[in-house]
Amino acid sequence: MSWDLRDLYQETILDHQKHPRGKGALENATHTATGYNPLCGDKVTIQLAVNDGKIDEIRFDGEGCAICMSSASMMTVSLQGQPVSDAEELFQRIQKFLTANDESAAMEDIDTLGDLAALGGVRRLPVRIKCANLPWHTFKSAIQGETNAKTE
Amino acid sequence: MIQELPKISTSLFPKSDFPNLLTEVNGQALAYLDSAASAQKPHAATEATTAFVEHQYANVHRGVHTLSQLATDAYELVRDQVKVVLNAADRNEIIFTKGCTESINLVAQSFARPLLQPGDEILLTELEHHSNIVPWQLAAQASGAKVIAARIHDTGELDIDDFKAKLNSRTKIVAFTHISNALGTILPAKEMTEMAHAFGATVLIDGAQSGPHAAIDVQEIGADFYVLSIHKMYGPTGVGVLYGKLNLLEAMPPYQGGGSMIRSVSFEETTFAELPAKFEAGTPNIAGVVGLGATLDYIAGPNWNRDSWVRRVTEIGNYEAVVREYGVSQLAEIEGLSVYGDAEEMAGIISFTLKNVHPHDLGTILDQHGVAVRAGHHCCQPLMKRLGVPATARASIAAYNDLEDMDRLASAVSAAKEIFA
Repeated sequence: MSWDLRDLYQETILDHQKHPRGKGALENATHTATGYNPLCGDKVTIQLAVNDGKIDEIRFDGEGCAICMSSASMMTVSLQGQPVSDAEELFQRIQKFLTANDESAAMEDIDTLGDLAALGGVRRLPVRIKCANLPWHTFKSAIQGETNAKTE
Repeated sequence: MIQELPKISTSLFPKSDFPNLLTEVNGQALAYLDSAASAQKPHAATEATTAFVEHQYANVHRGVHTLSQLATDAYELVRDQVKVVLNAADRNEIIFTKGCTESINLVAQSFARPLLQPGDEILLTELEHHSNIVPWQLAAQASGAKVIAARIHDTGELDIDDFKAKLNSRTKIVAFTHISNALGTILPAKEMTEMAHAFGATVLIDGAQSGPHAAIDVQEIGADFYVLSIHKMYGPTGVGVLYGKLNLLEAMPPYQGGGSMIRSVSFEETTFAELPAKFEAGTPNIAGVVGLGATLDYIAGPNWNRDSWVRRVTEIGNYEAVVREYGVSQLAEIEGLSVYGDAEEMAGIISFTLKNVHPHDLGTILDQHGVAVRAGHHCCQPLMKRLGVPATARASIAAYNDLEDMDRLASAVSAAKEIFA
């Protein structure tokens, strides 16, 4: 193998896949969006309870591969209780981390990402980047008041 | 069953005949198990195609010059070959298209759409892939007809009683796959066609997966239309075949307009060419069709005829069934692995899931072991829904696969299980 599969399926990823955080439905959600990847069938719904510019609660639900489900689980941990402006800023950092062509640019903020850094393994597998990114785009759509997410 | 397996030391088609099979993937020798998506190409056929392009090429059915005649002869010779492959009654029943999907769309638009009335029904099966669903939906939407699907059993076998029960006097079109691309189930094409004809319905059979794996006899089956995907038969992309009964094709309006398909054109009126030109508007995929001919020669050997073709594809089908059976027996050793599709008649496809491991993760891990499979819904979302899974992993077997490929598959699946343990 050219690289170790454990770079992709790190313990953090597997842990979040087996023991998802923030999974389930949210009563009193103020924002809800569903993201769907027709290529692979991954489907994620993100629900937010936003009050006074702060994400009081966040939940995800859906089905998909380990990368997608653990990305969603980690996202709920990162965004719970955060001001919307910070969450949007984290969204931008994640975009750069997952999709920047320049490796050193992508790695610039890695120390600020905590567990989310475990998603970096997908950078070597272009077809799997969408798996990691689907929950984030769905969050972005939800916060913008859209109900359907696009990953393009 | 396993002890009855003949010993297979080498694949039926030598891997060395297919240069791409010798490619290294992720530092590993390639175990290519995705031929149901597209098959690899024999060097002999690509070489013959290149020789044609470099030495005989010109447009067909146009020039009086020598090269045009040579190219036309080469192109038309392949029509005769395909007539033999399908055992069609007449060479004019063979139309070259740009793919299986276009063949189905041609029939849906030129045959079904003018025929369908509000309340009419198009009967499909739950096994169909999107290209044998969506063209019919388009025709149905335009005419007020309904698309209906016959159920399958949990084994992946067609529920023939349900199929029969859904046939009625409003059924105008019956379209079904000969071999399921997602499960490998082989459908009783002749029996189904007879049942459909008893209600006066017209039958299209989707041979996307059957072409290189089974002997096809459109006259024996009684098919009104039969379609082939050439790139799944080890041939070039961009070529498909539509077989249609002569009287049906003759009565149908053209699908597309352009050069080649006309007899005379003025701004007031155009008269159309005879078959098969009527359905081959514009310059066709000349090199692709010639490449198809070279591919058929590779499959069946020099100077092949109907008998030797049938013997060869029967041998291929039997060989693939043996490899499949071995593969299933190896996978069955893995705890938590489920194989979908357990019909009496199965082609060389193994569709499976592994407990707690999503098919996409499986696909990525297998790829890192050099094992190429399809992971997903196989363009069969209604079927996946019916089976209650979002997706499966699918290993598809061609004549160049061997038992070692099955061992590699099983060991890579075990490695995936290990990671997610």
